[in-house]
Amino acid sequence: MSESLRYIQAVNAALTWALDSRTDTVYFGEDVALPGGPFGATKGLHKRFGSDRIFDTPISETGFLGMALGAAMTGLRPIAEIMYADFSFVAMDQIVNQIATIRYSSAGRWKAPLVIRMQQGYSPGACAQHSHSPEAYFAHTPGLRVALPATPDDAYQMLRTAVVSDDPVVVAEARMLYPTRGPVRTDAPVEPVGGARVVRSGADVTVVAWSRMVSAALDAATTLAGEGIDVEVVDLRWLNPLDFDTVAASVARTGRLVVAHEANLTGGFGAEIAARAAAECFADLRAPIARVAAPDVPMPAAPALQAVVVPEAATVADAVRRTVRP
Amino acid sequence: MGLPDDYRLMARIRRFEERLTALKDAGEIPGSIHLCNGQEAVPVGACRALRDGDHVTATYRGHGWAIARGVDLTGLFAEMMGRDSALCGGRAASPYLSDPGRWFVGENSIVGAGVPIATGAALTAQRTASGAVSVVSIGDGAMNQGNVHEALNLAAVLDLPLVLVVENNVYSEMSRISDMVRVKQLAERAAGYGLPGRVVDGNDPDAVYDAVAEAVDRAREGSGPSIVEAMTERLVGHYSGDAQHYRPAGEIAAARLREPLARIRAAADADLTARLDAIDAEVDAEIEAAVTAARAVPHPDPATAREHVYV
Ligand SMILES: Cc1ncc(C[n+]2csc(CCOP(=O)(O)OP(=O)(O)O)c2C)c(N)n1
Repeated sequence: MSESLRYIQAVNAALTWALDSRTDTVYFGEDVALPGGPFGATKGLHKRFGSDRIFDTPISETGFLGMALGAAMTGLRPIAEIMYADFSFVAMDQIVNQIATIRYSSAGRWKAPLVIRMQQGYSPGACAQHSHSPEAYFAHTPGLRVALPATPDDAYQMLRTAVVSDDPVVVAEARMLYPTRGPVRTDAPVEPVGGARVVRSGADVTVVAWSRMVSAALDAATTLAGEGIDVEVVDLRWLNPLDFDTVAASVARTGRLVVAHEANLTGGFGAEIAARAAAECFADLRAPIARVAAPDVPMPAAPALQAVVVPEAATVADAVRRTVRP
Repeated sequence: MGLPDDYRLMARIRRFEERLTALKDAGEIPGSIHLCNGQEAVPVGACRALRDGDHVTATYRGHGWAIARGVDLTGLFAEMMGRDSALCGGRAASPYLSDPGRWFVGENSIVGAGVPIATGAALTAQRTASGAVSVVSIGDGAMNQGNVHEALNLAAVLDLPLVLVVENNVYSEMSRISDMVRVKQLAERAAGYGLPGRVVDGNDPDAVYDAVAEAVDRAREGSGPSIVEAMTERLVGHYSGDAQHYRPAGEIAAARLREPLARIRAAADADLTARLDAIDAEVDAEIEAAVTAARAVPHPDPATAREHVYV
């Protein structure tokens, strides 16, 4: 069965599924219960599941992420919501030093089956403190799984996967994708963690993207098809575990690689993909690897400045052209 | 000082934000805006207690503090319109703007983060013996953020010239403060840091002035930080576009009778009413002139997008 849902509705459906099917699940964060979430992700859940299962927290990210860890270690399955990914930095100690390390440091005697749900990326007029794409910080941290759903169906499937996982998972949605609509397989079995996906096949060049940049890459591919360039688009979906096999197989077919993300360039996760490809796909590569990213500046608020900072389909298309016709 | 100067300043803030709302509705402002409608008496009363050189740090709901500190209206409009404003060049917008020329350390859209920063401004004042104080405003919800506790304790043990003004407008976004804390008044927490704490009527600029002036005097003479909790109400949503379905029916209508401008008008005789009308007309003209001037400010040159990351 497949339903047409907006991305944000798919998130709501996945949370409903989680609270319904697992009685050990609790959901908390700021304005998530009675108000139904700042973006409507938790609409109706408080009414249906009550204050024991879904409740509001004071503005205290360190406090409630630490609470999520302690609860996860002792028998609950918490899903904690960070309103904007930018605010996760307030709680970075709990995420990096505590949540990510406990399983390893206890030789597996403790585990931390929890989900940190957030949304990220730029939006018109939003300032630097509401525009970060922090996925590389999390992907750099051993012990965390990192999921970035790019479609309504993945918003549903990947969040369910995250809830079932026995590892801590950061699920970072893209705010700009919330209104997008698409088919959601509401009766699909829960998928295992991980797995990239070829979302468009092509012969000339591979574009690896995730989150909002997947649709930018697909738009670029449509434009470039008109110019005789056949683009293959890979949606990485999970940065951890990294499904590099899917990337390598695609590069083996096309011989060229462009990596596209919204986060700024230096130390971005694109560097990881490029380094892996240089090491493992060297013989297949017919052109230098290109990276598409924001320049290394904090996000400006003015649309006139955002337009040259935020990578879009045209940025991807330019990089592909340079790669294919140097 | 006092009436009618306070009225003029509060009316300027109110009119500024009403105009901002219209500009937002007309699509001239791209990002979200958080208004302080109803809370004007807090920045106006508090800033009356300050001198040039005293630093002010605010939250994302800081337009009133910027205006009360004398930040240029055209610059404020232009910044929020995403133009190349003289304040922040279109980089900050409504929730993160600042103005060193007016000692406005600025807004912050990370809840509570301004308190440690303001503590730093107080450290500078203390170590350079400048005689300045550092005033920081936060919301009621921000009192629960860890960085606020750390900074307050730090400021207390260092006897820093810091004044924390908590603008208790009952809500943090869509949640009532009474659901988020077990103390009746947030100022009670001052005792936990060994600091004086006072609760004042935040809709009365004189009451705010008295409490902040006392705290500022204390800070200037080296006796350390204080907390002033100003009780007030939000007349509008948390952000532009907030339907406020979480507020009980009649609450905003009742707040409109208690808000600082309405209160002054309700107590005014015919003579004062005529003066207030005249002030309103002057403020209107001033705001319209600022909007016109802001519209003439160009959009930032995209070629400059990478400037100002490093010295
Ligand atoms: C660290 C952090 N967490 C969450 C948010 C989202 N947020 C923005 S405003 C707000 C409510 C703040 O309430 P309060 O401190 O009472 O100030 P008010 O908005 O009422 O002026 C929240 C939760 C944020 N900006 N920063």
